[in-house]
Amino acid sequence: MADFLLAAAGFVLATVALGLVRILRGPSEADRIMAAQLLGSGGIAALLLLAEAMSVPAAVDVALTLALLAAFVSVAFVKGFARSGADGA
Amino acid sequence: MAFDTGLVLLVLGVAVWTIVARDTFAAVVGFVAYGLLLALVWVRLAAPDVALTEAAIGSGVTGVLLLGASTRLRRTETSGAGEKPGITLRLAAGMLCALVSAGVAAIVLKFPEPAPTLAPHTAANIAATGLGNPVTAVLMAYRAIDTLLETVVLLLALVGIWSLAPDRVWGGFPGARHHADPEGVLTFIAQLLVPMGILVGIHIFWIGSVAPGGEFQGATILAAMWILAMMAGLVDAPSVSRRWLRLLLVAGPTVFLAIGLAGFAMAGAFLAYPAPYAKLLIVTIEVPVTLSIAATLALLVAGPAERAPQR
Amino acid sequence: MSFALDALTILAVSTGAFFFLAGTVGLLRFPDALSRLHALTKADNLGLGLVVLGLLLQAEGSFAALKLIGVWLLTLLAGATVTQLIARTARPGGTHE
Repeated sequence: MADFLLAAAGFVLATVALGLVRILRGPSEADRIMAAQLLGSGGIAALLLLAEAMSVPAAVDVALTLALLAAFVSVAFVKGFARSGADGA
Repeated sequence: MAFDTGLVLLVLGVAVWTIVARDTFAAVVGFVAYGLLLALVWVRLAAPDVALTEAAIGSGVTGVLLLGASTRLRRTETSGAGEKPGITLRLAAGMLCALVSAGVAAIVLKFPEPAPTLAPHTAANIAATGLGNPVTAVLMAYRAIDTLLETVVLLLALVGIWSLAPDRVWGGFPGARHHADPEGVLTFIAQLLVPMGILVGIHIFWIGSVAPGGEFQGATILAAMWILAMMAGLVDAPSVSRRWLRLLLVAGPTVFLAIGLAGFAMAGAFLAYPAPYAKLLIVTIEVPVTLSIAATLALLVAGPAERAPQR
Repeated sequence: MSFALDALTILAVSTGAFFFLAGTVGLLRFPDALSRLHALTKADNLGLGLVVLGLLLQAEGSFAALKLIGVWLLTLLAGATVTQLIARTARPGGTHE
């Protein structure tokens, strides 16, 4: 079970890392924010799987923190992009 | 093993890309992704306290700080792009970085087996501190002086940022006033997320005495929620000349210092705790320190004053 | 009993991982930003939800289970609202907030 969960965490991470290509290519900055968001939820999933696979229950707390901070950072990105893009400076 | 190799490659890849990226905004997004992956690395190394700190401060708050900087620099970016350092300077910088990396790698790889560690001593004496989490014991008991100095350094950084305000808005409100549609999405997300975040922040601070967590991580979550409320326009950043704000900021380091000095009388040394009261004193320090750090971090992100104070 | 629980966990986690893959493929292949956003939300909601479901079956104690559900609900809330905000920036007309 632990090996399977570890493998699942690796798989989720690998697929989400593919999404990072979007950060590289993303014609618009919204694409980049989206890829970071995907990495966030993938990271949360990987952390939850690792918590069970490695028997480190504190990793669930890390996932909780990450969920909050990911929302916070995404809002900051959108506001930052909107603010600088909107006034064109 | 395969998981760890893949993770390391991913971390290196994102790091290289962040450095190479041309656009500052893209680089900041890469930096936040890098911090998140680093938190995963820490969990793999069975260091959840560090993972919490990395996810919260290293990736979250620092990422938003860098974002604010990149937004301010956007105007100068096109003019600054023409000035690139010469080839000799870049070669010298590259060689210096390679030298430092090689030196650190040599030191780490040459550790004797088993690596020197104070962990058994920490575990042996932890009963005297009344705590259950060895990391918190190190931060608040064995090396409390480092934590005290950290709080002071944060405060000095804030003073440094505040000193950047132009004379005419001295003592005024940091940042622009954010307005959000009261029926809109941003207000909705802030009204739901901020109370939950505050609860999570308090939870992570409180369990720090027996499980991974503690005051820095909890304070960062509280700070992030305050910044979120400011960004959504729910509250305005307080004017930097307000007395309650300044009291809040210095409360933590002051209490820390006071208990430290009282350690001379109580147990014979600076920051020494008498054994039966150790846990109580630690908690008495931790609560104001958490609040102070939360306020300091939030104001660091808010930046120097930009609007004149109201008279 | 425990074998059935393990089998269910493996099933749920595998399906969740599949949805993460689907979300990433969508993010990379869909033609414009808004449809990519749509793919992103599938990974967020279904992918993480199924992973959490699988892990719930292995959880010890109600507090641990509540924390898992809490993480999922928080991600759901944050994801749903943030994608709204991202959609505004991606819209051809730009933002008007």
